[in-house]
Amino acid sequence: MSARSSLWNTAKKCVTIGLIGVTVKDRYVSIAAVRGGSMSPSLNPVTDEVSGSRVSTFDDYVLVEKFCLGRYRFSHGDVVIFTSPTNHKERHIKRIIGLPGDWVGISHIDDVMRVPEGHCWVEGDNLLSSLDSRSLGPIPLGLIRGRVTHVVWPPSRIGRVKREIRQPTVPSY
Amino acid sequence: MSLVTARWKSIAKEAVERAAIMARFLCLLHVTDAYLFSSTLVYGPSMFPTLNLAGDVLIVERVSHRRGKVGPGDVVLVKSPVDPRKTITKRIIGVGGDWVTFPVGPGNGDRSRSVMGCLGEAMIRGHCHLFLRVPKGHVWIQGDNMYASTDSRNFGPVPYGLILGKVFCRVWPPEGFGSISH
Repeated sequence: MSARSSLWNTAKKCVTIGLIGVTVKDRYVSIAAVRGGSMSPSLNPVTDEVSGSRVSTFDDYVLVEKFCLGRYRFSHGDVVIFTSPTNHKERHIKRIIGLPGDWVGISHIDDVMRVPEGHCWVEGDNLLSSLDSRSLGPIPLGLIRGRVTHVVWPPSRIGRVKREIRQPTVPSY
Repeated sequence: MSLVTARWKSIAKEAVERAAIMARFLCLLHVTDAYLFSSTLVYGPSMFPTLNLAGDVLIVERVSHRRGKVGPGDVVLVKSPVDPRKTITKRIIGVGGDWVTFPVGPGNGDRSRSVMGCLGEAMIRGHCHLFLRVPKGHVWIQGDNMYASTDSRNFGPVPYGLILGKVFCRVWPPEGFGSISH
């Protein structure tokens, strides 16, 4: 009888912890792993440009805050995590370059376009190997799932993710 | 003196316990709301006559869009691509890879013409129609009331990731209780 009740108590505790965990993950903060070198050197820094190998063999883990989703207020240079517009199961981490109403340059066809209402223009820090708005087009703000604020793992790389304002690549005339 | 502190201690302990119960309840509420089902009030002319102009309360289930099980004909809640703070209710007309066609009216078509996959225009019964293929990972959504609806004809196909849930049934007004038929 006591074994049964202790089992019941354990199950209850697990469910409670699960509920609280999911709520915190959805509304406040979560942890995400960074895959690939598209955000180098801010995240997963690449050392050898030719082979694309990295100092650390471990991926960076980052802290994602969700408070920004209440009002969808973002600034230029914020690093955000968003659902891929072509595959809803994938998440990408990129930097916001343009917000609604900004003019951004599309380098490969030498054209400028205005970011539409409710969208943003995202680019990776490593422009050489990054799948971003230059090929996907502007991303709806509604796909953004949070803002990356800190690197939390590995220990040698713990620190803030800086907001860097990079001029959009507007071609010169 | 010690009696007073003991009393305050017990009051504080009880307050903490109550707060913990409340927090657990709110967490349960959030998980149910976000992952199982929730109720929502919708209004506006865009889904008339399926939904009333004055407003309906709908039960929205949050399971099938996570499993990729929504398809043409389903009424879905979508985060507006134009303003992420707003939610719109529309019907899915086509999913990625499908062909859609719609008549071009004033104000629509400009963006659709420019988006990837627009294949061409044709005159059908005196109206200019656009033909296009919905890109991979996107859905084409339209309101049932095509004359008063801002939908994919204005802003183009929307990414699947913007879908928030599928409308399961209507609970208010009582005479309209039941599932939303195709």
